[in-house]
Amino acid sequence: MWFSIAIVWALVMFIMMPLWHVYGKQNPSTETYKVTPADFQKDVDAFIAKYKVGEEKGVPVVAPPPGSDIYLLAKQWSWSPVLKLKKGVTYRLHLSSIDVLHGFSLYPLSINFMVIPDYEYVLTITPTQAGEYYVVCNEYCGLGHQQMVGKIIVE
Amino acid sequence: MAEEFRTCPVTGFKVHLPAEKLIKVNGVTAVVAILIGGIMALLVAMTRWETIHLLSPLDYYKFLTLHGWNMLGYWIIFFEVAILYFTAAVMLNCRLASPKVGWLAYILMLSGALITNITVLMNPAKNAIMFTSYVPLKADPLYYLGVILFAVGALTAVLLFFATLHIARKEKTYKGSLPLVVFGALTAAILAFGTLFFGAVALVPTFTWSMDLTPTWDALVYRIIFWAFAHSSQQINVSAMIAVWYLLAFLTVGGTTINEKFSRLAFLLYILFINIASAHHILVDPGVTPAWKIWNTSYAMYAAVLASMMHAFAVPGAIEVALRKKGYTRGLFEWLWKAPWKNPAFSALILSIITFGFLGGITGVLAGTEQLNIRFHNTLAITGHFHGTVAAGTTLAFMGLTYYVLPLIFRREVVGQKYAVYQPWLFGIGVSLVAIGMMASGLYGVPRRHADLTGFGGAGFAFDYDPTAFLWLSIMGLGALLAAVGGALYVLIAVGTLLKGKKL
Ligand code: HEM
Ligand SMILES: [Cu+2]
Ligand SMILES: [Cu+2]
Repeated sequence: MWFSIAIVWALVMFIMMPLWHVYGKQNPSTETYKVTPADFQKDVDAFIAKYKVGEEKGVPVVAPPPGSDIYLLAKQWSWSPVLKLKKGVTYRLHLSSIDVLHGFSLYPLSINFMVIPDYEYVLTITPTQAGEYYVVCNEYCGLGHQQMVGKIIVE
Repeated sequence: MAEEFRTCPVTGFKVHLPAEKLIKVNGVTAVVAILIGGIMALLVAMTRWETIHLLSPLDYYKFLTLHGWNMLGYWIIFFEVAILYFTAAVMLNCRLASPKVGWLAYILMLSGALITNITVLMNPAKNAIMFTSYVPLKADPLYYLGVILFAVGALTAVLLFFATLHIARKEKTYKGSLPLVVFGALTAAILAFGTLFFGAVALVPTFTWSMDLTPTWDALVYRIIFWAFAHSSQQINVSAMIAVWYLLAFLTVGGTTINEKFSRLAFLLYILFINIASAHHILVDPGVTPAWKIWNTSYAMYAAVLASMMHAFAVPGAIEVALRKKGYTRGLFEWLWKAPWKNPAFSALILSIITFGFLGGITGVLAGTEQLNIRFHNTLAITGHFHGTVAAGTTLAFMGLTYYVLPLIFRREVVGQKYAVYQPWLFGIGVSLVAIGMMASGLYGVPRRHADLTGFGGAGFAFDYDPTAFLWLSIMGLGALLAAVGGALYVLIAVGTLLKGKKL
């Protein structure tokens, strides 16, 4: 008898789990939006065109104004652009992928987020220490996965 | 009918011969899987040990995919199917509901396992997508077909287990309530049922999509469904492992739990709460609500962890009481020194409890909290966590049980007993070092599934990790060597016993 209860409850929970995610409300400090890869690419291109200050290793370097919306695009197998940020200033970082899953892993802090195509993840960040940071891809994303390193500079 | 059974001279169980045969083939297949998975483990570990850096990226991704499937998939699940048949048929003195269905399940699982392995080996550039198989990375349809066949086969085995329990109850082949070990296996089977169902939900559309029959589907939804399935599948392993703990406590020292109700309640908590706790895989995903994250990482997880702690208390308690009954009562710890350490099944049991509890459990609780999860997600620390739980904990418990399955089911005397005494220690300490090395390097941000930490495949922004991280990776590598010796010894003893062991 209580096994049937257990089974029913287990199934209810199994079903609730995805439903909860899909219909639940959004979190205020991290926001998520649906976005098509093409639209995200357009936003990133515009962002780069507007604030580009140079290039490093073939990747545009971008110095956005303090407090602005900043973009980082993941694709097989690079992060673009290189971001030049100011210490102690808050930014809204827009993250997405235009192909497969990637993992955003900030070295040396080890702060990690999933980057998922069709979803724009907006994180509110405030760099607290100057220096050079690297963005390593830590979700397997194809044969060039190990080459996928980006850079963030905090001044 | 009557000749379909034999009576075990040691335990007195009435053993259904067709069930016994199925236990044997599933068990042997599991051992072949751990052999393959173990060779892959060594190659992969020797690549992550950056001083050695053995494999090219392509080979590394290929063998890593195979290691994941052969260990977590085939070794564990074939062994669990053997356990299900053992508990339902042998321990309840019952006939297996339908041996034919058992063979069908076996053939489905085996062909699925072979198909997936072969597709990965033949075309790694496309099919080495890791066992998680996240969309929208796309493998050949055959790869997914293999996974689906394997899952359907396992589901069939679970249904056969339920049917057998039903017969046992109807025909009253056992007295009183269901024995605790069977109860634990039942917990595992209930979890498996829901899990495999969600496995199909995640994989069937992926399969049709890989054939371009259906459009691509949402990568986030796949992850949510996948982890609904994959993490609960880990709870199957925990429940099965704990059932084996109780069984081994009984077989090695005659221990029975101090309080049946207590232990049963702990199994029940698994069923109720573990599914919820699985959401920690998606804590750093977009689209997951904070309230959900909080409920998930606090209440639900505590309930499941509480259950593990209850078992981790009850099993050693059973051992202590049994040994004290044997007269080892001097001082607080005489029972411990006088325990049958020469019996590899006993040391495997103790090492399983320790590694699962300390390495796996504690790191799991840490990694499951949202704030810390941001630090650990997809780093090698996660891989370290489950090498504590399943690679050390569950695997050791199953290895320990093997030392009883060989004489009782295969009816052969275990060969190389001299070496068997050390086998669990070599494997247990080795995998513990692997787990510790992984966890510690993960704290420095070392990613999992990464082929080239020193050169980044020539990437422009290559940088140097903290040298301490490499030190920990070397410790992982040394542990891997030790574990490989222990694992090889296990396979040698098992196979040697089947071929050369004295018939009992
Ligand atoms: C000889 C013992 C073992 C050694 C030396 C070993 C070593 C390793 C190493 C080095 C990795 C790669 C981590 C990475 O580069 O991301 C790994 C991954 C893994 N191992 Fe093991 N392992 C062993 C046993 C096991 C066992 C017994 C299981 C399961 C029951 C297991 C399950 C896994 C899984 C699921 C992965 C993750 C694969 C992935 O990320 O896709 N391992 N192991
Ligand atoms: Cu990537
Ligand atoms: Cu990647």
